[in-house]
Amino acid sequence: MPQMNMVQAIHSAMDVMLERDRSVVLLGEDIGYFGGVFRATEGLQRKYGEHRVLDTPIAEGGIIAAAIGMGVNGLRPVTEIQFVDYIYPAYDQIVSELARLRYRSAGDFTAPVTIRTPCGGGIRGGQTHSQSPEAIFAHVCGLKVVMPSNPYDAKGLLIAAIEDNDPVVFLEPKRLYNGPFDGQPDKPAVPWTAHAKGEVPEGYYRLPIGECAIARAGSELTIVTYGTMVHVAEGAAQAAGIDAEIIDVRTISPLDTATIIASVKKTGRCVVVHEATRFGGFGGELAATIQEECFWHLEAPIMRVGGWDTPYPHAFEWEYFPGQTRVANALKRVMGEAA
Amino acid sequence: MSRPSRLHIPHPSARPGEAPDFSYLRLAAAGAVARPDPSARLDAMTPSAMDLATQLVRVLDDEHRAVGPWNPHLEPAELQVGLRHMLLTRLFDERMQKTQRQGRISFYVKCTGEEAVSVAAAMALEPHDMLFPGYRNQGLQMVRGQPLVALMNQLLSNTGDMCKGRQLPVMYHGSDARLFSISGNLATQFPQAVGWAMAAAIKGEDHIAASWIGEGSSAAADFHHALLFASTYRAPCVLNVVNNQWAISTFQGFAAGESPSFAARGPGYGLPGVRVDGNDFLAVYAATRWAAERARKGHGATLIELVTYRVAAHSTSDDPSRYRPRDEAEQWPLGCPIERLRQHLCMLGEWDDTRHAALTVELEQQVNAAWKIACTFGTMTEGPKLDPALMFEDVYETLPPHLARQRETLRAELAGTTVAAVAGHNEHTGQAGQAGQAGHQGKGV
Repeated sequence: MPQMNMVQAIHSAMDVMLERDRSVVLLGEDIGYFGGVFRATEGLQRKYGEHRVLDTPIAEGGIIAAAIGMGVNGLRPVTEIQFVDYIYPAYDQIVSELARLRYRSAGDFTAPVTIRTPCGGGIRGGQTHSQSPEAIFAHVCGLKVVMPSNPYDAKGLLIAAIEDNDPVVFLEPKRLYNGPFDGQPDKPAVPWTAHAKGEVPEGYYRLPIGECAIARAGSELTIVTYGTMVHVAEGAAQAAGIDAEIIDVRTISPLDTATIIASVKKTGRCVVVHEATRFGGFGGELAATIQEECFWHLEAPIMRVGGWDTPYPHAFEWEYFPGQTRVANALKRVMGEAA
Repeated sequence: MSRPSRLHIPHPSARPGEAPDFSYLRLAAAGAVARPDPSARLDAMTPSAMDLATQLVRVLDDEHRAVGPWNPHLEPAELQVGLRHMLLTRLFDERMQKTQRQGRISFYVKCTGEEAVSVAAAMALEPHDMLFPGYRNQGLQMVRGQPLVALMNQLLSNTGDMCKGRQLPVMYHGSDARLFSISGNLATQFPQAVGWAMAAAIKGEDHIAASWIGEGSSAAADFHHALLFASTYRAPCVLNVVNNQWAISTFQGFAAGESPSFAARGPGYGLPGVRVDGNDFLAVYAATRWAAERARKGHGATLIELVTYRVAAHSTSDDPSRYRPRDEAEQWPLGCPIERLRQHLCMLGEWDDTRHAALTVELEQQVNAAWKIACTFGTMTEGPKLDPALMFEDVYETLPPHLARQRETLRAELAGTTVAAVAGHNEHTGQAGQAGQAGHQGKGV
């Protein structure tokens, strides 16, 4: 099977969908002639034409609004917001319009828009190139929110997102584009070719939106996480010598609670991990749901690990990032090893 | 899909491998555009005002003489100061780009070819005027006297960093120098400058505000917010669009649409627009001075388009050879702003090659000396480091309890303290508690 990194897998998903479905169009800043600042759309304009892969002005609100109009008029737009840190000028169009169009028109108008956007830190990007704002989209009714953690999932889920008739915010952890980063920046980078999920079929396949994956089976404790932190959590569990079951949430909304609940009922202990700031983060939703459903199975309080509740600082990237030490400390505490 | 689509896709005049072509640029001879009286109100829609917005204000002619009604008649000493600032800006850029390539700083943005845009404008404004720069306006920092060491410390995110390590390199600020904090998000500063100017008017002060964005950023809604608020309240400000032809890979036509002028966006909002040769130091100076005078006389804002060319890459993360001809900069019809001012001074008999060479050496030494000092404050790899606990400060005016607890947790984490040291201290609730004993009901109940 072909080996792909995450950018190649995402590229392949769009290539496949442009080929299969004439209504699919791509639009975003620098995505056409140039192929995108992360190369995710490289060569697609040349292959499918300028009317299907559109460069746009630097106007995120305009991009999403135009995509809504295109979607209403029968196209299936896949937008790229160059960094999710730049998405806020489009927030009104996303929240007030895109997310609620089906509801307010009783289903008479819909816009099947996909919003692809790189997220997360670890690339020395400072506060304007590092954010993880999944919670502010998860909180919006009518949006689906997806964050893959590997090339295989990225392609299958992106195809599903494009085919979905509801709007999907598709968050791409940019630190994972080239390899399964485990939170240790000083170690040599590991490429996706060294990872099972770097094997990606060339053609069409889709993975269901709304299903968690069990990234690692284990018995002692459940780690519920997504994106870059799936790999950090694996490293942390190994370092701590804990047989953790790692749930890769993959779809933040709608949330597959059944898989999470079954795992926590099995292990009796749970740590929720995300890169985003913790206060008001999606970890709160996860922890609350687990508490409601698994309370009588819990051996310890559910712990949350996240980025500190500050903007992402340029100089203190690795002190800010919830790395293996912070995760491992939480795992040990939940295991009661802290005495 | 049997009928061909009529969707128009704009194209730049040349892509890699093609011959550069700037025939799309509307040029005008130096001295050709009239200069309205800045002390009188100006109807932005009159034919002469529309001329201002669509022609090109130039002062330096092909023989390097200063001609026409926009000639600001600056003293040679002032021109020499301008040359010095522009040359310093360029040498600083070159040195900092090199340090980025050596891995000493994480990121850099050069303004090569655009030095006059910032330097001449800053010199034309008063020291108490408030500037809202973009990230390619380092000339403003130079003119406002920001010490090179201070700028370098910011680039290094070191112990002398004015941003305390929080911002990406080049996102400077200077409260004493009246330079607003630079944002990585585009065009946000434009309407903020208008608000600052509105406040100055509310308070009855003489100060004005000025802001700069790239032509690509004029696509953002904030550009339109700025123009409307400036027009509605007659805010005393100077709004500058630096049209350097390229927004990363996207040529100016995507932000311009079918309009040949960004300055012409102004009249639609009732604001005079002035289209200026951005590589002509004297023209930039004169246009800024004119707009500032209008603002100070109560006639409100002006939109200035500075026609220039981004000679360098967008940033150290960019490779322009992928999207534009390699030799495009050489074919740019408006030349190099430093060279043009140098030639003008030489023509006046106020400058020569020897003095220019000596100035270059002097400024290079200044930059090198500053770099050595900046490095003593720490680099990414060596020397003193900022205390990471600083990241929790300035989120709010006073540190809230949850951040105080997170700061303690980080300290323990960095001290390599085992989990025992933070055991029983839940950094979220702040309450002592032994996690492992809390599930007293046990599994499967």
